[in-house]
Amino acid sequence: MKPKIVSFTLNGRPVDVMVRPMTTLQNVLRRQLELTATKAGCRQGSCGSCTVLVNGEPMAACLLPIEDVEGQEVLTLEGITPLHGLHPIQEAFFENFAVQCGYCTPGMIMVTKALLEREPRPDEATIREALSGNLCRCTGYQAIVQAVTDAADRLHGNGGVS
Amino acid sequence: MAKHRGVGMAAVNYPTGMNLGGDPSQALIHATTTGTFVITLSSTDLGQGLKTVIAQIGAEALGVPFENVLIDTADTDTGPHCMGTFASRATHRVGNAVIRAAEEARKVMFEVASEELEVAPEDLETDGQGNIRVKGSPEHSINIVDLALAAHFKYGKTISGRGMYIKPKSEVDPDTGAMDPDSTEAHACTVAEVEVDDETGEVKVLSIKSAYEIGRQVNPKLVEGQIQGGSLMGMAHALYETTAPYYPAIDHAPGGFNEYIVPGPQDQPEIESVVLEYPSVNGPFGVKGVGEMTANSPIPAIINAIHDAVGVWITELPATPEKILRALEEKRKEEERGAE
Amino acid sequence: MTKQLLNVVGQSVHRRDGMGHVTGRTTFVDDIQFRDMLYLKMVRSPVPHARIRGIDFSEAEKVPGFVRALTHRDVPKNIYTILCLIGVGPDEEPVLAEDRVLYKGEQIAAVVAESEEAAVEAASRVVVDLEELPAVFDVEEALKPDAPVLKPWGTNYFIYDYEYGQSNPCRKVRFGDVEKAFAEADYIVEGRYQMSPIEHAPTETTGCVVKPEPDGRYTVYTNTQALFFTLDNSALILNIPFNKLHFVGGTVGGGFGGKVDVIVEPIAILAAMKTGRPVKYVFSREEEMRCSSTRGAWRMYFKDGVMKDGRIIARKVTTYADAGAYNRHTPYAVTKHAANVAGPYSIPNVWIDAYCVYTNRQPGSAMRGFGVTPASFAVEVQMDRIAHTIGMDPWELRFINAYRNGDVRPHRKVVEDATLIETMKAAAQLVGKELPEHLLAMNSWDREGGHHG
Repeated sequence: MKPKIVSFTLNGRPVDVMVRPMTTLQNVLRRQLELTATKAGCRQGSCGSCTVLVNGEPMAACLLPIEDVEGQEVLTLEGITPLHGLHPIQEAFFENFAVQCGYCTPGMIMVTKALLEREPRPDEATIREALSGNLCRCTGYQAIVQAVTDAADRLHGNGGVS
Repeated sequence: MAKHRGVGMAAVNYPTGMNLGGDPSQALIHATTTGTFVITLSSTDLGQGLKTVIAQIGAEALGVPFENVLIDTADTDTGPHCMGTFASRATHRVGNAVIRAAEEARKVMFEVASEELEVAPEDLETDGQGNIRVKGSPEHSINIVDLALAAHFKYGKTISGRGMYIKPKSEVDPDTGAMDPDSTEAHACTVAEVEVDDETGEVKVLSIKSAYEIGRQVNPKLVEGQIQGGSLMGMAHALYETTAPYYPAIDHAPGGFNEYIVPGPQDQPEIESVVLEYPSVNGPFGVKGVGEMTANSPIPAIINAIHDAVGVWITELPATPEKILRALEEKRKEEERGAE
Repeated sequence: MTKQLLNVVGQSVHRRDGMGHVTGRTTFVDDIQFRDMLYLKMVRSPVPHARIRGIDFSEAEKVPGFVRALTHRDVPKNIYTILCLIGVGPDEEPVLAEDRVLYKGEQIAAVVAESEEAAVEAASRVVVDLEELPAVFDVEEALKPDAPVLKPWGTNYFIYDYEYGQSNPCRKVRFGDVEKAFAEADYIVEGRYQMSPIEHAPTETTGCVVKPEPDGRYTVYTNTQALFFTLDNSALILNIPFNKLHFVGGTVGGGFGGKVDVIVEPIAILAAMKTGRPVKYVFSREEEMRCSSTRGAWRMYFKDGVMKDGRIIARKVTTYADAGAYNRHTPYAVTKHAANVAGPYSIPNVWIDAYCVYTNRQPGSAMRGFGVTPASFAVEVQMDRIAHTIGMDPWELRFINAYRNGDVRPHRKVVEDATLIETMKAAAQLVGKELPEHLLAMNSWDREGGHHG
């Protein structure tokens, strides 16, 4: 199959990539555009380390053919990192020791971003359900769940919630 | 048919370091003229936080602020030898090497400060805030940046140190098994509470509560990270994980996380712990080590809790619903035979 | 406890690498790529035991992007040397299979190609002519006389003390006289314990990228847990001076013992040497699961002699550690196991035979708890069975038998850092378990009771 041009919005900027059909978004991001924050833990769609947001919805970039993002808005971890300092979700993960080896972290943060936009004050069960497609072998999840709760506070103020 | 609760406990030891020794690590320290103390290693951080705890040990041993210590690892062209990160050895071995390197570097720091402050080296101390000061007279002090500049430009000295730690390799007596298999021993005691469904054979772990004695915690939050992650790994080993679901047959070996069950965020029970500190004889600041042990004690504690709940011993891991149902069936048959 | 005034040791300062991790700016091995980089994929055995009659690359060579293949003939010293480097021998695992494969997933030949897709395609088209042989998967079956023989020295077990001119089939510990104690015991409690083989399952798979440098050296970016150990092994296999290799690492996306096997680096360096181009060899998740080493499937038999008052006076253990097809680190794990399988208890008579057994499984190796995890599992379930048998509270049984400082363990080392009793007391307090006065009076320093200064 001959390469073709696929156009989409990546982290707020228009991009055109010349790519063979059925190439995964993961390979386009990591190999062609050299945006490596999106990780490649399994390439089977089952670990969540490659999660990106497509029009605000979490998707596994390793299973997503590049054609499917034609004209769509793709957000990766690079796109939420501010020029200086950290995004409130990143701050929360950092401050709460929700990071050990760091390999699952980008996916966890992207899922958290989508969750907190949908639901500003999720309870613990909602957080765990939202993260259920993301595996972490190091932390045991408790610190990650705390970080998501803390991120909600940082984004929306703790609003009288003790 | 009902759900039954049970509680089980286990108490374990864990040895630090390669069991027969012979596993060296080195560290080099030098101060640049910016007041930065560079600790050069070839040690690896697996996620447990080695780069952080070694910077803490280095800052403590040098008597300088944590922010002034830089860890430069891991490059075999520039870093001295390290055996590697395994066997709960890294904090113990590398930490000891760093302390020795720091002692040598401190000696030069004090020599230079002695010249600059015109007092004997033994009358000086570090304040941990970036200054060397005269004991009992803290207003007489020199900042480490000025000290580093003076050492280099005025006295022609390098503030540097070499550190090495090795437990010499020991042998095993082939006839008696006499050997020296540890550097120190850490301990854990875990109590697990489970709920066993005697209809489906499913086990739900309600809580894993543990006490650990690990010599000294260099960084309590990082220790807590090991405890949380290790407890969950131990639980999964007890209940879910195997690469041979029909052991000893090799059929149906899982090829990914769709078939191999690594616990997710919804599988985590309540995990609570306390940490005791009885400093070890030979660890840096009394460290023993915590990395591996946390995954061990939950396994037997959960198996013992299952017995407490439904009266069967599951002695082949993992304790799958199928094994539990078969054991319960066997137990019922035995009770019927006993009643006859 | 000693009081020491400390500034930063004991403080929960933030991770040094935390900012990099939360921004995704930390560089992991698979994030590294170079212009002109080749991808390496492995041709693996589809069966657990077979003789290799031939390999045909002709179809693979036709795949666009195919660059070259590597077989054992290309490997200067085709044997992993991890055991010789820690003073235990003999090494027996080929880097690439020669005339035989011993497990499903074993490395037979490598293919390097211009893209990952081409490498996968070419590897899938390599035809290996295999004559399948009977396989054995169970440790005790493997020790029977009619089992297929897997090792060149004619046994399916590791020979211990080879370096001292002895040949022992197992690691032995002999302390006191267990048979005499069994005769005196009020109860005999027996148990059989079986571990499952489990995968380390780090979220980052094992891998490396090798770059040839203009000065004739090779830079190896790797996620190994042990840089120099891997460098030394690689140089020995490739028969080149150590200083031709430059390893860069230190950032690992989860290890748990799975990244000390030195499997990917030597063959990737070889591919870079043969092509003069950068080469990436990173395990797929499926390779990590089905081909990389696991925790072994250990089997342990316990026989304990116990008195009515709860004292364990004898423990006899026979362990069969399943190394899978090759040694990797299992012979060494068995020694660590033998040192710990009596548990943290003072038992006056102990007899241990711990075997390292070969089967046709994917190799077992180091994993978090190395030889001690199976020991702790078996010992601690056995302790509860003893308590159940003699009608004693499991806590009391452990307090009575807990080792104390000054005791001599079965391996003859005097205990000096024991705090098992204190740890159990703290756990009891944490869960609200009320311990009787006579247990609360115990400590790890004085068998008669009293306080630790």
